[in-house]
Amino acid sequence: MAVNRLPRPRSLAEMRASWRLSTGAVVMGAIACLVAGWLITKAAGDFGLFVTVTINGLTLAALFFVVASGFTLIFGLMRTINMAHGSLYLLGGYIAFELQASWFADEPEGLDISIGQSAGDTEYGLLGWVVPLLIAALAMGLLGILIHQTLLRWNQGQELRQALITIAIVIILADQMLAHFGGIARDIKTPTSWPGSVEIPLASGGIGFIRIVVLGVALLVGASLWAMIKKTRFGLITRAGVDDRDMVSALGINIPLVFAGAFFIGAFLAGLGGVLGGTMLSLQPGEDTRLLLTSLVVVIIGGMGSLGGAAVGALALGLVQAYAGAFLRFGDTDLTNYAILLTFGLVVAVLAVRPHGLFGRPA
Amino acid sequence: MTSVRTGRLSPAAWAGVSLTLIVLLLAPVIFSDFFYGVLLTRALWLGLVAMSVIFLASYGGMVSLAQVGLFGVAGFTMANLVAADGGLPAEIDPWLAVIAGLVAAVVVGLIFGAIAARSEGIYFLMITLAFGVMVFYFFGQVTQLSGHGGVNNIEVPSIIGDRVTDPAPLYYICLGVSAIAFLGVRYLARTPFGLSLQGIRDDPTRMRALGYHVTLHRMVAFGFAALIAAAAGILSVWYNRRIGPGSVNLGEVIDVLVIAVIGGLYRLQGAWVGAVAFVLLDNYSRSWTPDIGTVLGPDRFNTLLGLIFLAIVLVSPGGLVGLWERARDWLRAQFGRQAARDGPGGPPRAGPGGEEGDPGPVAAADRPTA
Repeated sequence: MAVNRLPRPRSLAEMRASWRLSTGAVVMGAIACLVAGWLITKAAGDFGLFVTVTINGLTLAALFFVVASGFTLIFGLMRTINMAHGSLYLLGGYIAFELQASWFADEPEGLDISIGQSAGDTEYGLLGWVVPLLIAALAMGLLGILIHQTLLRWNQGQELRQALITIAIVIILADQMLAHFGGIARDIKTPTSWPGSVEIPLASGGIGFIRIVVLGVALLVGASLWAMIKKTRFGLITRAGVDDRDMVSALGINIPLVFAGAFFIGAFLAGLGGVLGGTMLSLQPGEDTRLLLTSLVVVIIGGMGSLGGAAVGALALGLVQAYAGAFLRFGDTDLTNYAILLTFGLVVAVLAVRPHGLFGRPA
Repeated sequence: MTSVRTGRLSPAAWAGVSLTLIVLLLAPVIFSDFFYGVLLTRALWLGLVAMSVIFLASYGGMVSLAQVGLFGVAGFTMANLVAADGGLPAEIDPWLAVIAGLVAAVVVGLIFGAIAARSEGIYFLMITLAFGVMVFYFFGQVTQLSGHGGVNNIEVPSIIGDRVTDPAPLYYICLGVSAIAFLGVRYLARTPFGLSLQGIRDDPTRMRALGYHVTLHRMVAFGFAALIAAAAGILSVWYNRRIGPGSVNLGEVIDVLVIAVIGGLYRLQGAWVGAVAFVLLDNYSRSWTPDIGTVLGPDRFNTLLGLIFLAIVLVSPGGLVGLWERARDWLRAQFGRQAARDGPGGPPRAGPGGEEGDPGPVAAADRPTA
């Protein structure tokens, strides 16, 4: 198997060469211009719709960032690809759904029970959303620690083996979730006191309020992670660990503890994302695959282990998906179901110019 | 690895290989129609996809999860070009469609390879997984190509006939293609290209310094593996007479990976060992799986599979073949100790009378450490 080599020092000439305008870069530039032109045409056509789609793309990106930042944190520090990240996302969502339905379903006054399907009338307080959110995210964090301590800890450094172990967890969790939660799409209800949608200036039609909440949570998560990484001792060790794990542990720092902490935060963010996604979108079998692909693409684009890279990658992917889903229509030909090709194109474009992602460095 | 074995087999190994060949060739006579027509045939094409994974892993040092995607590209291309329910309305000759399917998969494989080959190790795994899953979403969303419930009742070449009444032709075709692919890879490993590919696996930096085009070698190897996976994709369409997005989803990607790992990620023949184990497990486990509430039971095959996979990855990264080789080495060490008492004995591994004989081009030093 490929062995970890020491990072190769980059000479000045090499750095210059990597930024020299290659044919690839020129082609990419041309494509970028085409895309920009296409978007401007669409924006000029119906500006309100364009703003709405952009906001939807931003909120999608916010969700992607919350999930992928956990993925990239774990990878950056431990070189462990947690293939079960999407599974933790889905399981977190399902747990919040169960908690909300069994603890917080306040039946309104009256005899609705006789009507049977009265889910639409069930009311939820703010706590009925926040408490399941926190419990589910914490539960996923603990599950992450459990997985790390029992299955991954003693394989540290064996990247492929760790990836295979987490793939085994993907199969088991997906099957168990199918057994317990079924194949029907579920969604977590928002607090009844929240408005369904809000009007945004310039946008045509309302924007779902939950989308604004997700955007806010993502900003909060991003700011906290940034502060943690830049300002705390834990973050200091994390940054040092990304650069040189062996040196950090040689300095007497309790690396297993730091790893466990990072795994907790990574899995916590997956669970948190699951609750947000379960409220904003829906929960069903297959969502674990979707979010795994999303996390992979975000970190491939952004560069592994880079928080800023995760933000940029999530932004690029969210916007591409939103624009592709809305604007891939040319006259009568509807190409919106080819949207996945644009995601592929995005990955290809980035990797062609920056093989390690936008902010990535060779391992 | 340090040297390439010449592939000379010991007498015991010859006996083993000939026995396996005879059993495989006479399978329609020895086994029931169900066993060879349904189970063995499926194991053959599943093993073929797994072999393309193992080829890349053992000769190129690249663990690819995009093989099922390429398998799907070939299968869907062919299915859309021949007469079928769903998909494009084209109706060309089935053999032409086969060629089109192979070409399409190799072209896509070369594109994937060109991008992924610039990265190494775990990055390669991630990028190829992303590609494989994208193929699934592509066919899931583009219903013009995948129909709404998959492409069904696909026309097969007349030589295959009806698999239900006479499974022998398809069985022999699968066997023949598997044999050609196996021998082809063994041959390729001894060509200058194969040798430099193995050099790149062991030390890309040195090979680059020696003037080899590392990325190009990896890309071509990826294209070759795409051809093998594509052949398996075509066989699977002939076998199932249908293909849908579900044939290439993450579950299938994982199944093929499980097969490759069960067989031992570094031995070509392990692909079919793993595939036979997988198919038998898939078919017979439902009758003996204990019921533990809703957690485990006949309906929870994937949980069982996941647990077995987990156990194998944790206990024996070399898979079943690795387990077998370990047992053989242990036995030999026991006998070797006895022999040592009588007189000087050779080292266990180099001793005569190896049952499996040629351990393939990957020597013990290249046992999977990851």
